Amino acid sequence: MGKKILEVNDLHISFHTFAGEVQAIRGVDFDLYEGETLAIVGESGSGKSVTTKSIMKLLPKHNSEIKSGKIIFQDKDIVQATEKQMQKIRGKDISMIFQDPMTSLNPTMTIGKQIMEPLIKHGNFKKSEARKQTLKLLDLVGIPKPKIRIKQYPHQFSGGMRQRVVIAIALACAPKILIADEPTTALDVTIQGQILELMKDLQQQIETSIIFITHDLGVVANVADRVAVMYGGKIVEVGTVDEIFYNPQHPYTWGLISSMPSLDGMDDELYVIPGSPPDLLKPPKGDAFAPRNRYAMQIDLEKEPPMFKVSDTHYAATWLLHPNAPKVEPPQNIQDRMQKFSKGAY
Amino acid sequence: MAKYLTQRIIYMIITLFIIASLTFFLMKFLPGTPFQNEEKLTEEQRIILDEKYGLDDPLPVQYANYMINIAKGDLGVSFQYDNQPVSSLLLKRIGPSLTLGFQAMFIGTIIGIMLGVLAALFQNTWIDYGSTFLAVLGKSIPSFVFAALLQYYIGVKLEWLPVASWNGFSYSIMPTIALAIFPIATAARFMRTELIEVFSSDYITLAKAKGNSRTEVAIKHAIRNALIPLITVLGPMAVSLMTGSMVIEQIFSIPGIGEQFVKSIQTNDFPIIMGTTIFFAFLLVVIILIVDILYGIIDPRIRLAGGDKHE
Repeated sequence: MGKKILEVNDLHISFHTFAGEVQAIRGVDFDLYEGETLAIVGESGSGKSVTTKSIMKLLPKHNSEIKSGKIIFQDKDIVQATEKQMQKIRGKDISMIFQDPMTSLNPTMTIGKQIMEPLIKHGNFKKSEARKQTLKLLDLVGIPKPKIRIKQYPHQFSGGMRQRVVIAIALACAPKILIADEPTTALDVTIQGQILELMKDLQQQIETSIIFITHDLGVVANVADRVAVMYGGKIVEVGTVDEIFYNPQHPYTWGLISSMPSLDGMDDELYVIPGSPPDLLKPPKGDAFAPRNRYAMQIDLEKEPPMFKVSDTHYAATWLLHPNAPKVEPPQNIQDRMQKFSKGAY
Repeated sequence: MAKYLTQRIIYMIITLFIIASLTFFLMKFLPGTPFQNEEKLTEEQRIILDEKYGLDDPLPVQYANYMINIAKGDLGVSFQYDNQPVSSLLLKRIGPSLTLGFQAMFIGTIIGIMLGVLAALFQNTWIDYGSTFLAVLGKSIPSFVFAALLQYYIGVKLEWLPVASWNGFSYSIMPTIALAIFPIATAARFMRTELIEVFSSDYITLAKAKGNSRTEVAIKHAIRNALIPLITVLGPMAVSLMTGSMVIEQIFSIPGIGEQFVKSIQTNDFPIIMGTTIFFAFLLVVIILIVDILYGIIDPRIRLAGGDKHE
């Protein structure tokens, strides 16, 4: 593992709504290392996007608030940074790819201008140089005929091509961190594969770290080095991709993996985690997942579990890992996976 | 583009033809003729006059004659103003109305857009509330109230500007302001709503994620996109402003077209009614064409539909 490039410490974020204070992020910790891809997975509303938007300080100012915590990037705390300082970081050191390429490009500006913008802004490029660099970038992200394409508008591009343009914008200044917020969710499966390949390829060329937000575990297995599982505004399990897929410890991770459709599945019925996510207006006292967890114990309802260490890279927040906890049998498919893991034959 | 324009101009001619026909028949179905109201005329004199102006011909013949004359560019001769040609009467009166309308439109949209942009940029601050308050005032208080206030305070008390009449630019300032209040209010409200919506779109977040400041985002990315729906509203408003506000012309005693139009309806001055209507319709279709061309300039997606494909 390389050098630590980003450190998020005990982050708490709330949204002020008419109904009251929604505690969207309730103490998130994670690190990001140079050149790695960290996937953040979880269902809608678990706080994935809020966490990453806060790294760029792009949360709406009028109703959101970072209550406490630190986001350390290059020895500075982003939480304390001014808007001016953030403008120098955004697009240069940290940049972002959004979910829907159909809406994330300005419809009334040429593709060329949109890619040149960060180059001129951060890279001290002159207009003619920026244009040359843009042509290179278009070529790099696999857009054919860049000389014609540079003058065109977003509506003249297909969804997959637009996402390539968004990637070109994000990577224009060779950022240290790239945040990809469900970059393939709005694309069809064949295009998804191409975009993921492109991202992996470019990551190696410009040596950037990627935070990859998704709810698609198939994508995670494909791109991630490490995985953080989020639930109810917290990270409940974090580990390398193999640890999460073949030795998951948190019952929520078991549920997530079990609800992944598989081609060789014998049973036709898709597994669904019962119940619904917690109401973060009134966060539960104990483990937020307890009401949906059939392995829940009395303590889960009363006290939040700390992160228990499984290995140097693997931690999970469940009381099941406490030395005094009774041994439970994970679901059969998880046991099968664990067996493969212990034999080292994954 | 040329193909698109030709097509549009053909449509415009068809529209004008339909409007002219409808106006002609609607007008003829109104009770009375220009000479029936004149009590001093004897029955005989009236018959002679009707014959002279072709008013005794069967309706289809009158219609055919009229349309042929229009096609030749001849709008006929007024009944009430000593046989003056309609075209010269229109030209004499349209100047002040167009000047006022154009000035009001120009000032109205520019100030309105600026107010709207400020309100959206400083959403939920006193700037926003102030601009909203002004807009509500402008929309709900009729222009003649503003006109009277302006006349009293700026014209009579301060004596900065002439109170009424039409003798050059300084005479047009107060009526322009009075007329501009409504477009200012409309444009400001529209711009604010649109900008706020645009600000919440993904491409604005992306623009921020590139490191743009809020002002840069607004100028480079948001305003142009927010203008697109505003143009639709501005087209018809421009026509109604340019074709004259009856009330404002009356208050400032401006010899505009609005006053003449109403008088011609009261006196059954058929040629003037027809001429003015056709002229208004012509202005409307021309402005709609301009609006559509503006659309194409601002929104590249529409330019493509206009004919010239890039790929």
